[in-house]
Amino acid sequence: MTSAAFERDSRSVSPQSVRAALEDPRWLRVTLISVALGFVFLFLFLPLAAVFSEALAGGLSVYWHAISEPIARKAILLTVIVACVSVPLNAVFGVAAAWAIARFEFRGKNLLITLIDLPFAVSPVISGLIFVLLFGAQGVFGPWLQAHGIKIIFAVPGIVLATTFITFPFVARELIPLMQEQGSEEEEAAISLGASGWQMFRRVTLPNIRLGLLYGVVLLNARAMGEFGAVSVVSGHVRGLTNTIPLHVEILYNEYQTDAAFAVATLLAFLALVTLIAKRALEWHIRKETES
Amino acid sequence: MSIEVRDIWKRFGDFTALRDVSLHVEPGELLALLGPSGSGKTTLLRLIAGLERPDTGTISFEGEDATDRSVRDRRVGFVFQHYALFRHMTVFENVAFGPRVRPRETRPSEPEIQARVHELLDLVQLEGLARRMPTQLSGGQRQRVALARALAVQPRVLLLDEPFGALDARVRRELRRWLRKLHDELGITSLFVTHDQEEALELADRIVVVNEGRIEQVGAPDEVYRRPATPFVFGFLGEANWLSTTIDGRKASVGFRPDDLEISLGPLEGHSFAARVQRVQSLGARAKLELVSASGSLVQADVPSERVRTLALSPGAEVYAAPRELQVFPD
Repeated sequence: MTSAAFERDSRSVSPQSVRAALEDPRWLRVTLISVALGFVFLFLFLPLAAVFSEALAGGLSVYWHAISEPIARKAILLTVIVACVSVPLNAVFGVAAAWAIARFEFRGKNLLITLIDLPFAVSPVISGLIFVLLFGAQGVFGPWLQAHGIKIIFAVPGIVLATTFITFPFVARELIPLMQEQGSEEEEAAISLGASGWQMFRRVTLPNIRLGLLYGVVLLNARAMGEFGAVSVVSGHVRGLTNTIPLHVEILYNEYQTDAAFAVATLLAFLALVTLIAKRALEWHIRKETES
Repeated sequence: MSIEVRDIWKRFGDFTALRDVSLHVEPGELLALLGPSGSGKTTLLRLIAGLERPDTGTISFEGEDATDRSVRDRRVGFVFQHYALFRHMTVFENVAFGPRVRPRETRPSEPEIQARVHELLDLVQLEGLARRMPTQLSGGQRQRVALARALAVQPRVLLLDEPFGALDARVRRELRRWLRKLHDELGITSLFVTHDQEEALELADRIVVVNEGRIEQVGAPDEVYRRPATPFVFGFLGEANWLSTTIDGRKASVGFRPDDLEISLGPLEGHSFAARVQRVQSLGARAKLELVSASGSLVQADVPSERVRTLALSPGAEVYAAPRELQVFPD
């Protein structure tokens, strides 16, 4: 482009001229990128590498023993069970809440939106304590539960409750803006064509939100399996009974079984990596879908 | 099928969308609901479809009260303003949706559905595009898919919300003619909402002019255009000049169209008035004149360019203007 042509172009707001106007000096770009990369290296990559190198420090057989001995297997099983209950519960709750907020006008709607975020705002330890205060031996429902022989705190139901509470914003947060943006015209069209409420949901609503829902579920699952604070308060740390993977790692570490602690921790690291990859893949699909 | 709307009121919070609206729709007619945005025309259409419920009043189809009948059971075909095509389904699946969600006892067999969908795609001239996704279609094509989808449930009434609103001018004119032809072939009672008076005048058998939640006038296009019932109707259906006058001691507004003005250099018979030319703007075959009457009112005139040349009109010229047709509305 000649300089005359460039001058003519720069008067109209073409993407090039905008970019040129926003272009930062080279030194600033280099500094910012180095700082960002340095930070990622120091705080994300190094710890991750440390986890794997510590885990394998004692050799493969030690590693394998640490993650396959009975108590570790119990912890893994419990973690999977908790996720298997919390994830579907919160997926259903998230869809229902997002539907209510995106489709209806009602009193207290803003309050509901705020309350959905509550678990993100409250410290997980406090979240756990709430359930102890409600269902513990000295709690509000404690005597009644004891009289009927139901154990919630220091047992599996308490862990499920705390995990479900901690993770309930994920799906709703993801779906509310999505459903608001998509509007309800397609759903009205489905109904006007004779679909029942369920047919509308299954054939129109669900396919339209499926990627957002999956995205929420991936994040929800990662948090459900990795939650420490709230679960720690309600679990009672009964080895082989109420220990999830994060709690098991802590116990091993506190008992100076560093190799085993890191070995089990790699399971959570793997979960994190799989989550990141799934999240990227979903983001890519969502972008492709909105672009087309 | 005939539709009877009686004494409908509809409020949304503090906003009153419809105030005591009654309307009769003849079987097989093509009716336009014409009005500015926010006038309540879309609300009226959605009420007839069953997508909204009236606060008071009744809606009956063929003499049968349908007010409490859900949209599922009304057998209306609704074409949404932005088409609302199911974004994750092909054109074929969009059109097949209605037949597929029927209860098993009344659902057509798969070969019947296939045949019916292809027949409809043929009707809307989209036979080759059955496997496309909605995003791969142009606006006009999406519009026709939406129409085929609505027709697939064999509706007794077809309701179209701003059917041409989102299309460019050329496609709009083409589709308008095509829709009129289609309506004449199928004979389904149809209502469409529009804010474009030209569209309503060209397409509809009758026009319902809606303003601020009320029906101002119902009539054939020519009737509404030539014999407007209210100043609003006159002003909304075309460009209008207004002069105030006194008739038998009562104040009144006189309205006339810019293209109904006769311009000459000497006084004319009938209701003529003196004016001075302020601006002349030639637009090819026609020319627009801006006149200022003796009383100081601004008057627009739309005359053949040839008239401007023969009278040698230029700004500052003194002329006489006479409306060939005028409307008198007592204030």
